[in-house]
Amino acid sequence: MTKRVAADGLFISLSLVVSYIEVMLPIPLGIPGVKIGLANAVIMVLLFFSTWQRALGISVLRIVLAGFLFGNPMTIVYSLAGGVLSLFVMVILKKMEEFSAVGISVGGGVAHNLGQLTVAVLLMENAKIYYYAPVLLITGTIAGIAIGALTGVLIKKMPKQLF
Amino acid sequence: MKKKDVILISVVLVIALISFGILKFMQKDGKEVIVTMNGKMVYTTDLREDQVYKIPVKDGENVMEISDGKVRMKKADCPDQICKHHRAIEKSGETIVCLPHKVVIEISSDTKEQELDGITR
Repeated sequence: MTKRVAADGLFISLSLVVSYIEVMLPIPLGIPGVKIGLANAVIMVLLFFSTWQRALGISVLRIVLAGFLFGNPMTIVYSLAGGVLSLFVMVILKKMEEFSAVGISVGGGVAHNLGQLTVAVLLMENAKIYYYAPVLLITGTIAGIAIGALTGVLIKKMPKQLF
Repeated sequence: MKKKDVILISVVLVIALISFGILKFMQKDGKEVIVTMNGKMVYTTDLREDQVYKIPVKDGENVMEISDGKVRMKKADCPDQICKHHRAIEKSGETIVCLPHKVVIEISSDTKEQELDGITR
């Protein structure tokens, strides 16, 4: 139990640090807010080595903490929608046992972006925002490939007894 | 990577490129600038009229600037500053969104069409 608490603290800290790095290093695409989603590598490692419930817990805690630390409460709503939908899709893709970490991560990245966009459309009551969908599909895929490749390396190198 | 990974990535990219192509194909030169707050239209103006307009946001500030047929968010006091860093827009269908203030600036090629299908409730 103590080991579990310590490990969870480590995962939350790690995901917060990578979230902060992303805030410091924006990707210049003309459309701000596009991120690679480094924290998802932490969530995916948990998904592979532990349970989805634990991955969900760490993910939600990270989003709420990151929102208050270096975002604003409003962004928490968007991040939660993206994070929860992304995890849901990744759990399903992993259960299918047809995809490697890259495929699972791409599914998660795309789901994350579309989830956020849908919440934006609902909250702003303006469907014109779906104009961003094609760009977000592409950036979600690229980010998904990168994070999937990273996760692939991590699950080979990380010691299993940590979990 | 497995074979199914490649199929998944290809399917997503094909969908993205097709929808991107359709959007580009339907895009015309912008004529009208429409500002909405909480889904309600608060201001419309001609894209060719250079101006600076202060959007009436509650507890905040958003200032839009039109110059040379392009619109950008000149000032915003929201914490994330995403709208301010967005590139200037000029074609129909393009939008600048300020999520914290629920403000959307969009460009239309025609005023009437906008009133019919631009706002969802």
